[in-house]
Amino acid sequence: MLCDICKENEATVHLTQMVEGKTKKIDLCESCSKAKGVDDPTGFSLADLLLGLGASQEMEESGNTMGKCPKCGFSQTDFKKTGRLGCPDCYDHFTEGVESLLKSMHKGTRHVGKAPAVWQQTKVYVDRLHSLQSKLDKAVAKEDYEKAAQLRDEISRVKSEYSESTIS
Amino acid sequence: MNIQDILSKPEDASGREGPSNKIVLSSRVRLARNLATTPFPGRAKKSVRVETFKHIRDNVMGVDPMRDAFHTGMEDLSTLDKQLLVERHFISREHAAKTAGSGMALSGDETLCVMINEEDHLRMQALLPGLQVDKAWMAIDQFDTALESNLDYAFCKRRGYLTACPTNLGTGIRVSAMLHLPGLVLSEQINQIIQAVNKLGLAVRGLHGEGTEALGNIFQVSNQMTLGETESDIVERLNKVLLQIIDHEENARGKLLENKAKMVYNHIGRAYGILANSHSISSKETMNLLSLFRLGIDLSLFPCNKPALTEELFIITQPAHLQKTRAGKLSAEKRDILRANLLRSRLLKVDRPATPDMRKTEENDE
Repeated sequence: MLCDICKENEATVHLTQMVEGKTKKIDLCESCSKAKGVDDPTGFSLADLLLGLGASQEMEESGNTMGKCPKCGFSQTDFKKTGRLGCPDCYDHFTEGVESLLKSMHKGTRHVGKAPAVWQQTKVYVDRLHSLQSKLDKAVAKEDYEKAAQLRDEISRVKSEYSESTIS
Repeated sequence: MNIQDILSKPEDASGREGPSNKIVLSSRVRLARNLATTPFPGRAKKSVRVETFKHIRDNVMGVDPMRDAFHTGMEDLSTLDKQLLVERHFISREHAAKTAGSGMALSGDETLCVMINEEDHLRMQALLPGLQVDKAWMAIDQFDTALESNLDYAFCKRRGYLTACPTNLGTGIRVSAMLHLPGLVLSEQINQIIQAVNKLGLAVRGLHGEGTEALGNIFQVSNQMTLGETESDIVERLNKVLLQIIDHEENARGKLLENKAKMVYNHIGRAYGILANSHSISSKETMNLLSLFRLGIDLSLFPCNKPALTEELFIITQPAHLQKTRAGKLSAEKRDILRANLLRSRLLKVDRPATPDMRKTEENDE
């Protein structure tokens, strides 16, 4: 069995680790395992290693079926070459490959930080709507129809307020 | 245009002080932003880049702190000017290679700097002296908010701010601090520290960021992950780690003086000797020796001098700054001679390092 990294030497270090609930295996030769710090088990994460191997492979596989970004004509090969995407729409087009890449790169795959003010308004609106909806569901479950009617009116009021604010 | 007339003088730039300045030279927060409907700069045609540059520049210049800002297209800067800006940490080395269709803007007080059409449409940074990552974040956050009302940012709820490289996705934030760590280097603990910091998901790099050497015992510590965590969490985490590194550096210095004072004084004395007496010196050697000189100042071996002096010497002995004093390109050999002349004359006014009372230390060393 050859080393997954240099693909030259015989693999003598065989690693298995659970990453995001999936079993990942990797086989390395002695020098590559040292270079990647595998001999120090506390500091080593297979995810980091797979970042260079698995992620690009996955990108490649999904890229073959997806072709080029319809917006900017960017292809999988371009990504491999530059490590950069072509335009904001590429993120939608290469979703699958990007997703696995992000998993290995970041703390999470969902943004939790700052958002432009326009989006923050939307978030407040969506959150408010969600909480009203769940209250309505509870009221209906309890057969408290008076409360439910109030909540229904409240929901339609919030909806119309929001559509007015976005038009203006 | 002479870029040197626009930038602050090296003695003023090095005189800026901030908290924990002894160890933390500067703090920086940068944000990456892109426009929603334009390809990223690496993919956009030149005509599109030129157009985007103008559009972004006009909007940047309209925001309050930038009203008196200096701005320029990259094509209007000479190679030497660009290098000078790199040496001051206002633009990246990648950006220095750009021409028409890319540019920059720098606020009057030099705390805010925007690169337009680098890897992303917008790279904005707040740069403050000492340990002030939280303040730098507040400054750049405010600037970004002011800018977003007029620019249509590429943003999606799930992935946040979209960037050319997936490593910057989400918050697009890079929080970093420049640290001077001679104690950890001399006591050979630096690798341990780097490994520990890496394990926390933070990167340790050299003077000019990615892929650069740690010259002059200066290290840049920054976050790597930008998605799945809020900006303030990232800033706070880095701040905590920085405080710990400061602690370790102070301890290392204390221990060195306790156990290996001779070794430390020897290094500092020799550094002074070479800096004050050489007739040809490379910029690399200069940086490494200035680091020891600075350590000497920190340890009160040069009682009448302040760290700002080493910072100033650090700036003016770098290749572009040096060549600017002679208004033109010089060969490496000539630069080394010029650098040595400059250092000799500046160190004429600096007395030899004091020789501390060594009786106690000599006993320890034996």
